[in-house]
Amino acid sequence: MLQNKDKIFNNIFGFQSNKLSYALKRGDWDKTKKILSLDHDVIIEKIKNSGLRGRGGAGFSTGLKWSFMPKTLGERPHYLVVNADESEPGTCKDRDIIRHEPHKLIEGCLIASYAMRAHKCYIYIRGEFANEAKILQSAIDEAYENKLIGKNACKSGWDFDLYLHRGAGAYICGEETALLESLEGKKGQPRLKPPFPAGVGLYGCPTTVNNVESIAVVPTILRRGENWFSKLGKENNTGTKLFCISGHVNKPCNVEEEMGIPLRELIEKHAGGVIGGWNNLLAIIPGGSSTPMLPKQICDTITMDFDSLKNAGTGLGTAGVIVMDKTTDIVEAIVRLAFFYKHESCGQCTPCREGTGWMWRLLKKIASKDASPRDIDNLLELTKQVEGHTICALGDAAAWPIQGLFKNFRDEIEMGLKLKKIAAE
Amino acid sequence: MKKKQLKTDNYKLCNIDQVKVDEILDKYPSNRKASAVIPLLHYVQKKSNGWLPVPEIERVAEMLDMPYMKVYEVASFYTMFNLKPIGKKLLQLCHTTPCWLRGSDQIEKSIFDTLKIKDGETTPDNMFTLMKVECLGACVNAPILQINDDYYEDLDYKSTKQLLNKIKTKKNIKPGSVIGRKSSEPYDKNGNINVTK
Repeated sequence: MLQNKDKIFNNIFGFQSNKLSYALKRGDWDKTKKILSLDHDVIIEKIKNSGLRGRGGAGFSTGLKWSFMPKTLGERPHYLVVNADESEPGTCKDRDIIRHEPHKLIEGCLIASYAMRAHKCYIYIRGEFANEAKILQSAIDEAYENKLIGKNACKSGWDFDLYLHRGAGAYICGEETALLESLEGKKGQPRLKPPFPAGVGLYGCPTTVNNVESIAVVPTILRRGENWFSKLGKENNTGTKLFCISGHVNKPCNVEEEMGIPLRELIEKHAGGVIGGWNNLLAIIPGGSSTPMLPKQICDTITMDFDSLKNAGTGLGTAGVIVMDKTTDIVEAIVRLAFFYKHESCGQCTPCREGTGWMWRLLKKIASKDASPRDIDNLLELTKQVEGHTICALGDAAAWPIQGLFKNFRDEIEMGLKLKKIAAE
Repeated sequence: MKKKQLKTDNYKLCNIDQVKVDEILDKYPSNRKASAVIPLLHYVQKKSNGWLPVPEIERVAEMLDMPYMKVYEVASFYTMFNLKPIGKKLLQLCHTTPCWLRGSDQIEKSIFDTLKIKDGETTPDNMFTLMKVECLGACVNAPILQINDDYYEDLDYKSTKQLLNKIKTKKNIKPGSVIGRKSSEPYDKNGNINVTK
């Protein structure tokens, strides 16, 4: 279990004020100037060595991603864009960072921008977070007033401007290139890659898009040293992580824990256990709606880190743990997710635009038990037609939960269909 | 740019504050004004009773030197922009899996029992509009109901009814958790928090 002294987000629940004076007491903005006196590439190297992997879902090395940016500032300016378009069902960690620890994020933006030679940074926050945007904006204003950002930020000689941009309700804008399109004032439809944003990103300039949590942990890593961070967690899955535990638990909550904590321990120690006890558990979606679910027997022993979950055929994603107990109509749970993806498909690629609708309709048919086992085969075939055939990962994300459902519960679902048929006859 | 003649041409545009508009435009490079389209639509929508009539969209297009169709495209793509009038209080009920697991169906029923409106409907007095929406991103505080800009969290049938009745009788309501939780800390029915402050 993570000790309090190793926690990065000491005010994640907002028991203390989010104002600058309190943030300073918690250690934010401490000797930022010293960090900014390091060479750009030294900072990138340190983040690489810390083992930090992107907290937005894909789990790509943050330091490595930064190193893709051009090493000299050419004619085109560099940009850092922070993805605060948190919309993955089951995930609500960035909201708490923004509400309660905004200065960690702002300081992280400054340091990351400096490391990538960017003088400008945009934070793209989801539109529904209107109050969170107000809080973050006032924290940005505070940082400007105290000359922590702006011209000659923290007296380091580096000029840095930070802007907050509100989205308007589109899950797809959490995809990095869709986010850039949206920031440029267009519909949020993902771009083809390559070119990657590090070459051609916002306004055609070199850009890196990072998740809120990835950026907010950077100042602490640099202050306490990359070795401190890399010693926490497991090999190749280092550091701490915010987990969001929702669904059928006694005390749903957000919690910061070490990477690689056993799933059962996470739920029982922090979230008050599964409603009705661990034996009442049916399945868990471990990393936000896009990751396939795990049945109880795997949940018994699995640890929460990128590699273990990948080996179990699912993923850590955003670490949004959705717990479902035995009272859950598991098909209906996935019908809701299928509807979510149908609703959020941007409509650009045909397999996703049409496929998400078909998948939802077929699954609904199965949920109403008015279907035959052949419908299940058709549905699974359909998921294979969508998966991997779209520009962005939304198609995959729509297909995986359905595949996960039938991988684990096909027998039970088929039995349900049969019973209904017998009853009808 | 030539403005299309529309039936709504005698529509009276809402008042906007140029200082505020310039503040928004200042965030983006001067040759990339289109970036301000979403913030400006948000601003105008707020000023025009929560929705975007065509002339307002046309005005935003003019301010940004964008074709009307490009701005309309944005306004119709993003779910937060309303192209039809809505009631004074927009109730957005999350019905995605994490909220559903915690009983969002009961909240929907409570809203129907109190206000007699279903998804997409507005009360006759134009006070409430209900919209079922996808994940609002506060899953550990499920179920969630967003009323205009504010989130109301940890709801159940009874507390939703109380909340709506309070709004009806113009009583003050406090956004956030309705069970006394500060934010997303572990919290049980007896009010015990198992974290150190």
